Amino acid sequence: MGIDYIYPQFEVIRNDGRCTNCRICEKQCANGVHVYDSVKKRMVCDESKCVNCQRCVCFCPAHALKIAKNDCTFRENANWDEDTIKELYKQAGSGGVLLSSMGNPKRFPVYWDRILINASQVTNPSIDPLREPMETRVFLGKKPSAIQRDEQGKLKCELPPQIELSMPVMFSAMSYGSVSYNAHACLAKAAQELGICYNTGEGGLHEDFYVYGENTIVQVASGRFGVYKDYLEAGAAIEIKMGQGAKPGIGGHLPGAKITGDVSRTRMVPEGTDAISPAPHHDIYSIEDLGQLVYSLKEATNHRKPIIVKVAAVHNIAAIASGIARSGADIIAIDGFRGGTGAAPTRIRDNVGIPIELALAAVDQRLRDEGIRNNVSLIVGGSIRSSADVIKAVALGADACYIGTAALLALGCHLCRSCQTGKCNWGIATQDPELVKRLDVHVGSQRLINLMTAWRHEIKEMMGGMGVNSIEALKGNRLMLRGIGMTDRELAILGISHAGE
Amino acid sequence: MTGEKIIESMKPMHDRSNGLGGGFAAYGIYPEYKDFFALHMFLDDRAARKSCEALLRETMEIVHAERIPTRTTPAITDEPLIWRFFVSPLRSVLASMQLNEEECVARAVMTINTQMKGAYVFSGGKNMGVFKAVGFPEDVGYFYRLEEYEAYSWTAHGRYPTNTPGWWGGAHPFALLDYSIVHNGEISSYDANRRFIEMFGYKCTLQTDTEVITYIADYLLRKQGLSLEEMASVIAAPFWSTIARKDECEQKKLLYLRKVFSSLLVTGPFSIILGFDGGLMALNDRLKLRSMVVGEKDDKVFIASEEAAIRVMEPGVENIYAPAGGEPVIVRVKEGKF
Ligand code: SF4
Ligand code: SF4
Ligand code: SF4
Repeated sequence: MGIDYIYPQFEVIRNDGRCTNCRICEKQCANGVHVYDSVKKRMVCDESKCVNCQRCVCFCPAHALKIAKNDCTFRENANWDEDTIKELYKQAGSGGVLLSSMGNPKRFPVYWDRILINASQVTNPSIDPLREPMETRVFLGKKPSAIQRDEQGKLKCELPPQIELSMPVMFSAMSYGSVSYNAHACLAKAAQELGICYNTGEGGLHEDFYVYGENTIVQVASGRFGVYKDYLEAGAAIEIKMGQGAKPGIGGHLPGAKITGDVSRTRMVPEGTDAISPAPHHDIYSIEDLGQLVYSLKEATNHRKPIIVKVAAVHNIAAIASGIARSGADIIAIDGFRGGTGAAPTRIRDNVGIPIELALAAVDQRLRDEGIRNNVSLIVGGSIRSSADVIKAVALGADACYIGTAALLALGCHLCRSCQTGKCNWGIATQDPELVKRLDVHVGSQRLINLMTAWRHEIKEMMGGMGVNSIEALKGNRLMLRGIGMTDRELAILGISHAGE
Repeated sequence: MTGEKIIESMKPMHDRSNGLGGGFAAYGIYPEYKDFFALHMFLDDRAARKSCEALLRETMEIVHAERIPTRTTPAITDEPLIWRFFVSPLRSVLASMQLNEEECVARAVMTINTQMKGAYVFSGGKNMGVFKAVGFPEDVGYFYRLEEYEAYSWTAHGRYPTNTPGWWGGAHPFALLDYSIVHNGEISSYDANRRFIEMFGYKCTLQTDTEVITYIADYLLRKQGLSLEEMASVIAAPFWSTIARKDECEQKKLLYLRKVFSSLLVTGPFSIILGFDGGLMALNDRLKLRSMVVGEKDDKVFIASEEAAIRVMEPGVENIYAPAGGEPVIVRVKEGKF
């Protein structure tokens, strides 16, 4: 109490007329909000602990609960908004860096929502995806710039290694440690079923998941956790993580308390020791050094795996991407500033980096200007929320998209943005066995499959509308897009015309 | 064959164009200049011609230059100056710029078309020529006196421009070096194709599908050295499921081409006829969203959007059939025929 007291952010509203005192909410809330008062014979709650994850709401059999935004407010101030004041109090009390999780929630423009998609009328027929083949398969990897023939003049058909995807969407990097074993199992199973890939993140690959190798992208990050020969060999591709959209320029820190049992073994870090990923790779201080790591990984895997280099979208992204394309990388993954995270310093998450839409448009154009667009594939992530976002990303020039938050939502995440506490009531961002159990692997993977299947239908529908029957013909097809409510400068960067033009 | 027949064939197709562009390509018409590149140009005025000539002289020898003979007809108006230049790149220039003569000519054409005001090269191959204008095709043929030319292969086109205004240079055929394209349809992959092909020195200035298809043909055939069949399986690539049914060797090849040149897949309705030195190739989009028929008679092959056009040229035509979507029809002149 006193100066640092912050009134609870949410109000837990229980309809006492409906509540049967079944105490289910008490069991469901790992934050200990609901308690049964045996004297008063009714449920009471400590709202200060509520993070609004909606778990109790979803599971209350009597529909007796709702969580509302608390209306106890400070005096309104357009400059000093409530969050800012509260965060300031916290820091004045603790002297610490603020931590948050999931993507940047601030009111920045969402360019996807200012882009509109074309459809055919009269001069060009739309195509009915139910009657005609509609192809969404993509291959990611370096393409040769000239064909070669043998002595008989036959085409030599060997290509550098490629990743084959049934649709241009993959599950982005989420490490075992930041998410649960069951969450990983869901992603891996769904990726296999769907013919796409999931990504181990920087936490190594649990021994149980080597069977999903063909649908796995293994990550090599600055901490090098869990990296050894079999790991590199296990996946369909290797991703070097140089940066992450939610926290460009800084590393990661998984507290020792979370390095237990399996997580410790998979990361190859002793139990109870903090797992620290340094901000830079300490062997990469220049683009040439990156080239060396790319080639060492290729050598280590006999040039059988495409190498992805993942970077955060920052101001100079076009030049950075061009450098990466020339470093020998097969694929570049760019993560926008709205990308999710298990934990990041709040100030960095909310203020560093640029939107993926602009980064993508700038990079794709730059690589084309330099004539090297076909030498690399482009994956983009950092808040792809729907099939429409996928279509827009591909038309701007992406080969494929990474989805993280969208995939977690399918698993039950309610975006409470409290992953850093490790008490995810939905069994996702937690290592507590009691909570992990809540995420049923069969159900979870099926929900991911459902989501992707739905998106794929929608993608086909929109492609058909545009008269395009293969996703390849949409890649970089910016004439299919129009902007709405944008400045000339924004349109120029995106390389699209305004609606009505 | 003189141009007379093909002009006739365009008459029943009158309703398929709206008078905003018609044109012809003819192969084998300049036997006396067959070793020189014949540049056909639209010029706004004398000044444009002079500066064009000066530019050409920097890299090539002009062996002959003349106005292309035309007839006045009320159906064709507002004509620019129409000239042809027979040129040959200078050996010294080729050696110092490390170019072959095709590339040298292609670059000169690209420069004139993108940078010189009032000058536009609409044809530039050897022993071939394109003749086009704003008007109905049969009038364009009359205007250019095409009955006076003898060719071993002819293509013709009437335009119904939908997304670009009628302009002399915008009529079909569209040509670069020996390749000429007539195209019917509107492709939905346009910007994907354009942005890819522009990486290799081509500049699409006309916003027409035909232009981009011509550059794709030039890139794949001349620069990459693909065969016509291979090119067809890039721009009208078979579906993945179709590829899976082929034998192993064919599968490998088709997968390779589709993966490497995925951005040159052309979607949306099209039927195109590609003219080249020694023959023709006709191709439909892979869903066959546009009509195209082929017929034969004696040593001649006829290809058209509608059978009616063929019947006008050859009432006794035989073996009429409609090629499947994505199935190229390649016709080559018999060896020693020209
Ligand atoms: S779950 Fe619902 S009915 Fe059960 S105790 Fe909680 S509020 Fe009451
Ligand atoms: S934290 Fe979640 S489960 Fe607990 S009270 Fe709040 S909404 Fe309900
Ligand atoms: S993963 Fe869990 S803790 Fe994180 S935002 Fe989602 S529901 Fe909340």
